Amino acid sequence: MKYMSEYRDPELAKKYLEEIKNTVSRPWSIMEVCGGQTHSLVKNGIIDMLPDKVTMIHGPGCPVCVTPLNLIDKAVFLALEKNVILCSFGDMLRVPGSQKSLLEAKAEGADVRVLYSPLEAVKIAQDNPDKEVVFFAVGFETTAPANALSVVHAHRSGVKNYAILASHVLVPPAIKAVIDDEESKIDGFLAAGHVCTIMGNTEYHPISATYKVPIVVTGFEPLDVLQGILMVIRQLEQSKSEVENQYARIVREEGNPEAQKVINEVFEIRNQMWRGIGEIPDSGYAVRKKYEAYDATKKYEVNIEEAPENPKCISGQIMKGIKKPFECSQFGKTCKPTNPLGAPMVSSEGACAAYYHFSGMVEA
Amino acid sequence: MCLAIPGRIRSIETKYNGLVRMAKVSFGGITKEASLEMLPDADVDDYVLVHVGVAISKVNEEEAQKTFKYLEEIGELGELEDVDEYLPKSE
Repeated sequence: MKYMSEYRDPELAKKYLEEIKNTVSRPWSIMEVCGGQTHSLVKNGIIDMLPDKVTMIHGPGCPVCVTPLNLIDKAVFLALEKNVILCSFGDMLRVPGSQKSLLEAKAEGADVRVLYSPLEAVKIAQDNPDKEVVFFAVGFETTAPANALSVVHAHRSGVKNYAILASHVLVPPAIKAVIDDEESKIDGFLAAGHVCTIMGNTEYHPISATYKVPIVVTGFEPLDVLQGILMVIRQLEQSKSEVENQYARIVREEGNPEAQKVINEVFEIRNQMWRGIGEIPDSGYAVRKKYEAYDATKKYEVNIEEAPENPKCISGQIMKGIKKPFECSQFGKTCKPTNPLGAPMVSSEGACAAYYHFSGMVEA
Repeated sequence: MCLAIPGRIRSIETKYNGLVRMAKVSFGGITKEASLEMLPDADVDDYVLVHVGVAISKVNEEEAQKTFKYLEEIGELGELEDVDEYLPKSE
């Protein structure tokens, strides 16, 4: 639990909280889509300081958490294949596949490497011409340009021993899927600031207008999140449903056109499977035919049967905001960060792990 | 996963016959490479937000320093360290 004095500007944080309390006249449920915001809400104790009438629902905002089980199995298979150097962001290593995680594959002798950037993977391919290098390219729209750029770099420099195992997920279709789910009752959304840094805000206007929900593009620091919550509540109390930009110091309405250009160069939109949720139409990126030589799913014959999820894990209901982590019978008992049943307990941005570490409900 | 860390551009070099601009960006005491392909007008001494090795947005100096300080305080700068031999820490 953090104290107000530790915030960047404790006086301002108090003012926002006071203003939220004074504005709320009835119960509202607000979903923060971004795992970074979930982390901030829980780690900084904001959740405990909000009035009872404000319920924060933690969305599917962690790409690691929603990466399909089958794809993790494919990554593990590739890692254990002779000659493949499997590179990934650190968060992916401990996510359990149906048989094992990438970390376990590494322990068995597979060459699995954690990288800071996909661009480093291209360099590894250049330095190891006798090996095949595969980068496990997961992420939201924020990460897609870097992953796309790695393909462009490899293509430009004639590197042929590089490919990506791509599993991108897109935020606006996920928001629509959450609203369309009859069980979830969300009144307003905090959209992810860094996603909008890339994509801009234009995709959110039709969602806000069609579904009559306020959407506030929000940063991830405590003050950002508090201000975002206040902006959503003000709209709800005034029966408004607009797209507002709390993170205007970073996010422009049109986003970053250069980043969008490189995404569109390498990727095209496709239906995407979200772990725990199911398939969401038009919510992912496939590698375009032009770059299929860099698409690991095309480059390697990998046919792995879909494995069933652990039936005790309710990650889908958690990511759609239908249940809270502590409402899961396994939470903190059989399911802990050291032994995760499902992905939201693995990544530090997963709702379950955030609650486990910071909410004080369970001794971490 | 979607963290973006602000840093200052120290130098810029071009690669692939001038097609690609890579910057040396300093984050506190750590310097890392970042692509400037998403920010064609970024220049030396500018502050930029870097996400997984790619600069995605310019940011003013004051904002950059505040954000960096916050990330430092909450221990979210681990990804800047050398992760080659990184393994997730068990509890």
